Amino acid sequence: MSEQKLIGGIKFGILSPDMIRKMSATAIVTSEVYDENGLPVEGGVMDPRLGVIEPGQKCATCGNTLARCPGHFGHLELARPVIHIGFVRHIYDLLRATCRRCGRLKIPDEEIDRYLDLYNRLKDKWPQLASSLTDFVKRKAIKAMECPHCGEKQFKIRLEKPTTFIEEGPLGRLWPTKVREWLERIPDRDLRVLGYDPEFARPEWMVITVLPVPPIAVRPSILLETGIRSEDDLTHKLVDIIRTNEKLRESINSGAPEVIVEDLWELLQYHITTYIDNEVPGVPPAKRRSGMPLRTLAQRLKGKEGRFRGNLSGKRVDFSARTVISPDPNLSINEVGVPIEVAMILTVPERVTPWNIDELRKYVLNGPYRYPGANYIIDNTGRRIDLRFIKDLKAIAESLKPGYIVERHLINGDIVLFNRQPSLHRMSIMAHIVRVLPGRTFRLHLAVCPPYNADFDGDEMNLHVPQTIEARAEAKILLLVQEHILSPRYGGPIIGGIQDYSSGAYLLSSKVTLLTKDQVSDLLASINYSGEIPEPAVLSPIKAWSGKQIISLLLPEDFNFSKEAKISSGNLKCTDEECFWDSYLVVKRGKLLLGVLDKAAIGAQQPESLLHFLVREYGTSFGKEFMDKAFKLFLRFIEMRGFTMSIVDIMIPEEAYKEIEEVIVKVRKEIEHLIQLYKEGKLEPTPGRTLRESLEIKILEVLSRARDEAGERATKYLDPFNNVFIMAKTGARGSTLNITQMAAMLGQQSVRGQRIHRGYRGRTLPHFKRGDIGPEARGFVSGSFVKGLSPIEMFFHAAGGREGLVDTAVRTSQSGYMQRRLINALQDLRVEYDGTVRSVYGHLIQFRYGEDGIDPKNTSFGKAVNVERIIEKHVGWRK
Amino acid sequence: MSGKKKFKIMDHELVPKHEVVKPEEAVRILKELGVRPENLPWIRASDPVVKEIGAKPGDIIRIERRSPTTGKIIVYRFVVAG
Repeated sequence: MSEQKLIGGIKFGILSPDMIRKMSATAIVTSEVYDENGLPVEGGVMDPRLGVIEPGQKCATCGNTLARCPGHFGHLELARPVIHIGFVRHIYDLLRATCRRCGRLKIPDEEIDRYLDLYNRLKDKWPQLASSLTDFVKRKAIKAMECPHCGEKQFKIRLEKPTTFIEEGPLGRLWPTKVREWLERIPDRDLRVLGYDPEFARPEWMVITVLPVPPIAVRPSILLETGIRSEDDLTHKLVDIIRTNEKLRESINSGAPEVIVEDLWELLQYHITTYIDNEVPGVPPAKRRSGMPLRTLAQRLKGKEGRFRGNLSGKRVDFSARTVISPDPNLSINEVGVPIEVAMILTVPERVTPWNIDELRKYVLNGPYRYPGANYIIDNTGRRIDLRFIKDLKAIAESLKPGYIVERHLINGDIVLFNRQPSLHRMSIMAHIVRVLPGRTFRLHLAVCPPYNADFDGDEMNLHVPQTIEARAEAKILLLVQEHILSPRYGGPIIGGIQDYSSGAYLLSSKVTLLTKDQVSDLLASINYSGEIPEPAVLSPIKAWSGKQIISLLLPEDFNFSKEAKISSGNLKCTDEECFWDSYLVVKRGKLLLGVLDKAAIGAQQPESLLHFLVREYGTSFGKEFMDKAFKLFLRFIEMRGFTMSIVDIMIPEEAYKEIEEVIVKVRKEIEHLIQLYKEGKLEPTPGRTLRESLEIKILEVLSRARDEAGERATKYLDPFNNVFIMAKTGARGSTLNITQMAAMLGQQSVRGQRIHRGYRGRTLPHFKRGDIGPEARGFVSGSFVKGLSPIEMFFHAAGGREGLVDTAVRTSQSGYMQRRLINALQDLRVEYDGTVRSVYGHLIQFRYGEDGIDPKNTSFGKAVNVERIIEKHVGWRK
Repeated sequence: MSGKKKFKIMDHELVPKHEVVKPEEAVRILKELGVRPENLPWIRASDPVVKEIGAKPGDIIRIERRSPTTGKIIVYRFVVAG
């Protein structure tokens, strides 16, 4: 290990020509790259002194091999100087701010002294203020039309984009040589007032006289399969520069006419400009033979795949895996199913001790190709042994000694980090416990889909294996799934029951569910229940247990809770314990007495729910345990009972269609009346709207009423406890609107909140008369999904549906960018121990975090203390 | 608006109570927060409220305002030139 040093600071400056020559390993003198033998030419852009390219070679400059040679710069002496495109603005400002004769800043000496003094006092403490001071000084100097030092009259200077400076006076066009001379004249002291540090950034260095040639390692050539060498874009560009430079030098030396020299000079300027930045406005980008623009220096740094965002902020890591995810309700919410294939590649380093040596020997004996085995061993000297190339594993296993490190395969119980992009909140990366399973997908429990926002339509997820004990401990204590059941966003559980869990819970806890002893045993066996079976609720004619009794077995004995269930709405509404519909949930002393469990009780993203208070009051381990067991129970029951959905659940009889037809007829009349009024100009306009807009609003209102009414009339004929209704009411999936659209009618289709009106001139489709603003002509769909849609209805539905798709696409991209900027702005803020929020510089951002110092994770609806809940928790059973 | 009668911004409902903190108290507050004055959030001397209460650059201002989370919160600003 070489000497280690701490970085005290970083100073940016401009390379001076002397500096470039000093750090150069060789001057580049020829545009030839390879000789006829295919060897790099000395003094060419691939000169071996610029660094090693092939393994095994020794560097001609530093003597190191490939792994250790850092690469070395060369340099190219330009025949004539050119402007550095990155500094054009600075040069322009300096030319305007200084005198054309004496080069002084066009501000009187006394003022310079004053500003300099102020600047020196400001620059360390308030750099922003200092830079606005320099800005002010610069602007003032630019305004002066006469030099206060030598009295010379000044002329306006024009910048002709991208790199041409023109004085509107005797000098005319300022060629880079002139510019350089001018900049050289500016004294150091004047530059300081303008915010330059002349020691590290003399302005004349902004005009390039010597071009640094980067090491070969920066622009490696690729050997294609055909044996043809393909050079990097930068190399190509460098060759162009050298060639033009040679031509320019020749024509100067041979005394060619000035016009020709100037032409070549401008060509050199072009090549160097595009070499630095190939996306300068006003400069045609340099292209490859294929027409693709070259990726030159600025392009390597810029943008998403550039050096900063792509390589420095976005690194790729070892010990990670990615594959498709699929569900497994038999896992714990804390677990993740890992394919054996993956488990045999990912490793955990384990240090050999007298206590684990026998086990680790077994792994080593199994080797890298038999699970559970090991891939590498690191011995006391730090030598790494690859078990793939070991013939005699037995001998190696025998040689294992305490202090060695075995990199063994991933096994059950290891802790890993699991992640799904986009990682929008902290629950997007959680620690899981490994369960090695056959198959090729990662398996996860369904309750953890909401925090990852995952589904199984082909989603892929990433897995990372922490490599140190510290990392594993941190993962287990801070990142384990159960520690994230409660979301810091709204305090409620973000992990919880979804879809079938809601309907399963409802069916099991429903009043009508009575279970025989066999069924009870089956259910309880599915969760490995080992306690007593309670007294049956019904003794005769046969012993039967209610579903509520079974659920009560999982609740803590002192738990009290009461809340309206999700199904409590419409005519099933109940607001207290006197509930005929069983829609008011009551738990007293750990017994589920009344009400059903549904989404409002066990669902994900439902604050103030049964699940929320269980997790909050009995801890995350209990929460995990409860979810593992209860959810398995619900699924077992829904499997036992059977649950599906079929077309009869949404089929309505002939009379219903007649009723719907009546509604449509009535509505059509109403709208005809409205249109009539509108045409006669008698329609009452809505305040702030034109007459036409008022009409549209009124029509929309009537039509939406029509759909609701049709839905009501149709669903009246449906069994309110059929499968589809169970799903909608318990919040498992779908809504009453969906049922209406399936059974009765789709209703008005809209784009941007308006009836569909665009398409042909004065009509939406050629099937209608021009100027027809009746319901059918403007996207009112009276068909249902059961009945089927007419082609015209289908078209309108597609138009409305497309808007939704476009919306989501636009929303995600916009909110993604907003998120990125917000996170960049906030990432270094932190809450200090005194409760204040501060930046890394110690600036106070908030005097108290959130102005109340409360962690939303531990609140309910932002309140730190929920008095009502405390009362209910302790004396709720007495009510 | 008639030119004569100047509108008092402090009377506006959305303008919270601002006051200049006395030097002794300012020292106490800074010590309590453990910050140097320039680490407080800044407010410009040209800010209408600052002009209204006659604070000078270098002063510390106490603002008492309503907050959706706590009802009332006291924050401080450091007056800078500008």
